[in-house]
Amino acid sequence: MPESKYLLFLGCIIPYRISSYEISARKVFDKLGVELVDIPEFNCCGFPLDPVNHDVMLTLAARNLCLAEQQKINIMTLCNGCFSILNQVNKELKEDKKIREKVNGYLKEIGMEFKGTTTVKHLIHVLAQDVGFEKIKNTVKNPLSQLQVAQFSGCHVVRPAKHVGFDDPENPKTLKNLIRVTGAKCLDYMEETECCGAPIIGVDDKISLQLAREKLDHIRAVGAQAMITICPFCHMMFDLNQPRIERAFNEKFSIPALHYPQLLGLAMGINPEELALKDLRVDASKLLSLL
Amino acid sequence: MEKTQSKEIKQRAIIKSSEMDPRFKYEISKIPGAEKIMLCFQCGTCTADCPIARFNDFYRPRKLIRMTQLGLKDRLLSNDVIWLCSTCFTCVDHCPQDVGIANIVRALRNLTVKGGRMPVVYKDLASNILKTGYAYVIPDLRLKRREEKGLPKLPKANLESIAKLFDITGLSKTLEKVRT
Repeated sequence: MPESKYLLFLGCIIPYRISSYEISARKVFDKLGVELVDIPEFNCCGFPLDPVNHDVMLTLAARNLCLAEQQKINIMTLCNGCFSILNQVNKELKEDKKIREKVNGYLKEIGMEFKGTTTVKHLIHVLAQDVGFEKIKNTVKNPLSQLQVAQFSGCHVVRPAKHVGFDDPENPKTLKNLIRVTGAKCLDYMEETECCGAPIIGVDDKISLQLAREKLDHIRAVGAQAMITICPFCHMMFDLNQPRIERAFNEKFSIPALHYPQLLGLAMGINPEELALKDLRVDASKLLSLL
Repeated sequence: MEKTQSKEIKQRAIIKSSEMDPRFKYEISKIPGAEKIMLCFQCGTCTADCPIARFNDFYRPRKLIRMTQLGLKDRLLSNDVIWLCSTCFTCVDHCPQDVGIANIVRALRNLTVKGGRMPVVYKDLASNILKTGYAYVIPDLRLKRREEKGLPKLPKANLESIAKLFDITGLSKTLEKVRT
C-alpha cells in the first residue's frame, strides 16, 4: 500500500459539530502531497457503545475495518476515540483467534469478513512517522515565532500504552515537536497528560467541565496564547464549551483552541479563512493579529 | 472518640455474607480485558491517579475492584457511580498488577445494561447509531453547509447492516427493555 494515500475516517462528531478540523486537515494534507480517500458507507467507529455492549462495539469497528480492507488503503483518523477503538479492535482481531472467530461469525450475517490486512493510524502518526518532520519543515513559509502555545494530545492517542505503543504517555512529545516545526513555542504546563473531561459529558457535566476548566487554568498560568489539539472531543471541551465553563465558574479565559492542522496551515501560509479559523467558538482574531 | 469508633465498626459490618456472590469474580474474569481481576492487591494506584476521583467523592476505582472481588453484584450493578469513568486508561497504564481496571468497569457497565439500566445519554447514542449510522443526528442544514464549504458529501451509512448487527449481538432486545 502506498504511504502517501490514506482512507480518511471522519467519525461522527467532526461532521456533526467540528468541520473546521476536517477543512484544515484536508488543506494541509493537500499541501503535503498526501491523498485522502473518503470511505463509502462507514458508520460510527463503535467507541460510544463499548460501555453499552462490548460485542456491538467490536462489530461496528470491525465493519469499518472491513471497508478499509476492501479499499486496500490504510486508515487515518482525525479523532483520538476513533483511532483508539479501530486500532485496538484491529490488533485484537489480528492477534486473538477466538475473538476474531466470534466477530467474523457476526460479520458473516452482513456478508463481510475481517481478514487483517489494514492498519490504523491517527493524523499525528501520519505526520510524525510517514510524512516526517523534514518534509513538514520544508512546507513552512511563515514561521510562527511570535506565538507561544500549549499542546493537548489527549489520552487515546497514547493510552493504553500496551495497545498504542507510540510516544511516552507520561510525557508525550510528538505534538510538541510538531508545534515547534511551525516555529511556535510550545510551553509546558501542569497536569498536561490529564483527561479533558469529554467522555463523561452527558453523564456528569459538572465533573467534565471541572476537568477542562482546570486545564484552561493551568494553560493560562504559563501564559499560552492558544491551545493546540488533535482530537475533536478535546477540542469541543476547550472551544465549544469554553463559554459554558466561563459561565459555570464565573471566570474569563478567552483562550482560543486550534486544531493542529490550523496551526500548521498558518505556518504554511494558507489563508486563515481557508483554514476555517472563523468557525471557532472562541475568537482567534487576537492571535492572528500577532502574525 | 468512642462514638466515632463504634460508628466505624458499624459501617464496616454493613456487608452481609449473604450479599456476597463468590462466583461473580469468575464471571467477570471471563470477559475479555477483565481476566486479571483476582490479581488486584488494593494498592490504590488507580484511585490516586484517577482524574475523576479528584473531582468526585464517590468514584473510587480501587473500591469498585474490591467490591467486584467480594461479589457485591447487586450493589455494583445498581450504582450510578460506575458511569463516571472517563476511560482515560491512566489506571490501566499505571496498575502494577496489570489489572485492566477500565476494562472491568466496562464489564460492570455492560452487565448493568444487560440488566436493563443505562444512562439516557448512552441510550440516545445507541438509538442515533441505529437511526443514522452516526452517534449524532446530523441536521440537514449542516450536511448542506458541508457542500457550501467545499467538503465532499457525507456518505450514507448502511442502516440495514447496522440493524442486523444490533439484533445479532442482542443489543436491540436490551434496548427495548432498558430503563434510563
